[in-house]
Amino acid sequence: MKRKLSLLLAVLTAASAAAAFSSCGSSSSAKPTLKVFNWGEYISDGQDDTLDVIEMFEEEFNCNVQYDTFSTNEEMYTKLASGSVEYDIIIPSDYMISKMINEDMLEPIDYDVVTNAANLMERFKTTDYDPGNAYSVPYTWGTVGLIYNTTMVEGTPTSWSALWDENYTGKILMFLNNRDAFGIAEKLLGYSQNSTNADEIQACADLLKDQKKVKPNYVMDEIFDKMEIGEAALAPYYAGDAVTMISENPDLAFVVPEEGSNVFIDAMCIVKGTEQYELANQFINFMCRDDVAQANIEYICYSTPLQTVYDNLDEEIRSNEIIYPDDEVLSRCESFVVLPDDTNQLIQDLWNEIIAE
Amino acid sequence: MAEQTRHRPFDMAKLTSVPYLVWMLLFTIVPLGMVVWYAFTAYPNTDFTLQNFAGVLKYGKTFWKSIYLSLIATVVCLIVGFPMGFIMSRMSERGQRTMQMLIMLPMWMSFLLRTYAWMTLLENEGLINKFLGLFGIGPFQMINTQGAIVLGMVYNYLPYMILPLYSVMVKIDQSVIEAAQDLGADGFHVLIRVILPLAVPGIVTGITMVFVPSVSTFIISRMLGGGSNLLIGDLIEQQFLGSVYNPGVGSAMSLILMVMILLIMGVINRFDSDEMEGMLV
Amino acid sequence: MKKKNVLSKVYTGLMLLFLFAPIFVLIVFSFNESKSRALFTGFTFKWYVELFQNEMIMSALWGSLSMAFCSSTIAAIVGTAAAVGIHKIQRKGIRTAIMNITYLPVLNPEIVTGISMMLLFVIFKNLLGIKLGFITVLIAHVTFCLPYAILNVLPKLRQMDPSLYEAAQDLGCPPVRAFFKVVIPEIMPGIISGYLMSFTFSLDDFIITYFTSGSGFTSLPLVIYSMVRKKVNPQINALSAIIFVVVLLMLLISNLVQARKEKAD
Repeated sequence: MKRKLSLLLAVLTAASAAAAFSSCGSSSSAKPTLKVFNWGEYISDGQDDTLDVIEMFEEEFNCNVQYDTFSTNEEMYTKLASGSVEYDIIIPSDYMISKMINEDMLEPIDYDVVTNAANLMERFKTTDYDPGNAYSVPYTWGTVGLIYNTTMVEGTPTSWSALWDENYTGKILMFLNNRDAFGIAEKLLGYSQNSTNADEIQACADLLKDQKKVKPNYVMDEIFDKMEIGEAALAPYYAGDAVTMISENPDLAFVVPEEGSNVFIDAMCIVKGTEQYELANQFINFMCRDDVAQANIEYICYSTPLQTVYDNLDEEIRSNEIIYPDDEVLSRCESFVVLPDDTNQLIQDLWNEIIAE
Repeated sequence: MAEQTRHRPFDMAKLTSVPYLVWMLLFTIVPLGMVVWYAFTAYPNTDFTLQNFAGVLKYGKTFWKSIYLSLIATVVCLIVGFPMGFIMSRMSERGQRTMQMLIMLPMWMSFLLRTYAWMTLLENEGLINKFLGLFGIGPFQMINTQGAIVLGMVYNYLPYMILPLYSVMVKIDQSVIEAAQDLGADGFHVLIRVILPLAVPGIVTGITMVFVPSVSTFIISRMLGGGSNLLIGDLIEQQFLGSVYNPGVGSAMSLILMVMILLIMGVINRFDSDEMEGMLV
Repeated sequence: MKKKNVLSKVYTGLMLLFLFAPIFVLIVFSFNESKSRALFTGFTFKWYVELFQNEMIMSALWGSLSMAFCSSTIAAIVGTAAAVGIHKIQRKGIRTAIMNITYLPVLNPEIVTGISMMLLFVIFKNLLGIKLGFITVLIAHVTFCLPYAILNVLPKLRQMDPSLYEAAQDLGCPPVRAFFKVVIPEIMPGIISGYLMSFTFSLDDFIITYFTSGSGFTSLPLVIYSMVRKKVNPQINALSAIIFVVVLLMLLISNLVQARKEKAD
């Protein structure tokens, strides 16, 4: 056993020695590196002959970009808070941005560099979560709704209660993050999605626990796969991703339930203490540039906050009510705001209890 | 005089283990000390507290489930692996070598890929259900169940059971078995009276090597258990890199897990004090 | 007796089917035209082409190989030296204490090792400015490789005849030289098997790397992890197929070499 492996040694050593040397060689280049931390499946990356915006940025600004992804706001926050990871650019959602501003984790944006932000639609120029966009530049926005497979679901599920329907046992997906999951329960019970009332939150937790009877599969990015191949019938998710899934599988459809839902803005922020402040601002500006933003938004299918990009989109996209819902739908939607720490802790504890069981 | 010069390098030689000891102190003992420190302090303060352990109590069910599922996996591995180890040990030399290779082969592939393979097989629209569908059976809900997690553990860690069992049983001389048979023992008694006692070191090693990674896994449950069905490993990961940064509770969980495993292994090793020999195959 | 033989063969066959069927399914579907994991729609090599064009995977592969090379080399040197020292220690208490420390990383659950090191490295970062990345992963890998290096060398030292070393010195060979000329060749098989174990453990490690890499280092298992959590991507299947073939070839070659050696003996 021992001797027979000795031959492998020679082969492996030769291969890895070469690797070690070549990796030393490449790391000695003096290019600066920008570290970007974004949601999964949330950038035009050159797949299916689309524009690879990261590669384009690397070439134009003569730098390297290290691009990593996270699957929830909370995961991103925890990784940064643990001190084990370092990033220059992050793209969290509204409420998380408020939280990070409060905790002094973000650098202010340099609008002398990010000139393309002037192109933002008026309603995105100032936001509740970050007045005057001092720390963030909106990237996309969208709603949360129900994605369903029309061959498996009868009619249009207009209520969140479809996710509790025992006819679809084993074929229901659910958010694997507490804020979105509680948000659904809160809407179904008629509460605000920003409730801080312990009784209301407990009622939501009971409701989410009750959902276990339909054996939901808790997912984030895995949803694409499961919905596209018909592994699941119903799932709550973000509108932009729904459009991507529908383009892969025309049997799918999207609806914002009558009880109302969440409307979110995801925005680009610079992490406090970055060593690449200048380059980070240039990156944000680059992502807001007409050609880049347009190619990007066409690929990821989310809604753009940039005026000229919107104007230049195909009529077909602009009239797509999933991406650009009408005012009636938006009036039913609420934005998340940052919750007090004890409410967050309560939700977190209850959530862990729900999914750990 | 000659005696002295000969012995001096002996003393010098002892010092060659110093870099290693310093290394282990710095990178094994100190980090574990930090886990203990975090477990007993109220992060981000440094006040002494037992609050973290109270926080762990809420997850008692999860601890129980982890132990329960990994025990099942260990028992299944033992039941399935024991005959295999024995069959292997009775093969020709060439057969043994080939079987060793075949059993090690999957181990050399990333366990993530092996688990991914089962994910694609067990899905509602996966190959197994498609295949059963041809005969009008099913579909069965297989993925996202506790059974799928146990299957994932068994599949990933079965070689760790078979190889130690094989390595002790190959030492059992065929003549011992034949002698027992000549003395009138039937198959069952040969197994209980002769093979089993001699295989104990392998069983102990196998149980350890299957149980420890099973009880602390955090990927298999996530990939095959469907996001719910969390195990201890998942909870610990959540406290450090997951949904909320809570190193205190995470450390307390790790500490409990560690002590629990060391205790269990202490008990198992009472049956055999020589387990390390088998461990290195 | 014959019936038993048949039974053994059937059992072995079923076992191998269980072990290999999932892997073969992965490999078959790496040639599948569509992304479906259950329907074979046509034959293609395009996932392999895409795999080799995937910069992230390729750079992670190099990262993994250089990490395995560096960590197992350091572990082999430090571990061999340590084994020689431990071998010379006569006091039983000290010896037992050292051996217990050596077993600790082997027996400790990987996730506990991972988070404990992460906690330490975060302190390193805050105090010394050492960022989590190649260096911290290297430290972690060397730490879990060291026990294997030592545990493979110790038995060889025990088997060695101590009079050999003394004889060399009696013949006028200086101690250090005698060590390299006499002791090292004797324990070489142990060093090599320890090295190989370290190399494969380092190459395959996911959990400890996951906690200690921060945002500064990517290995192949980390990339695989990020891939299996996202959209289905048949590049993973292609990668599995390649890894499987490489491992199979290596094991076959080493098996053949050993068989031939045994025949020669």
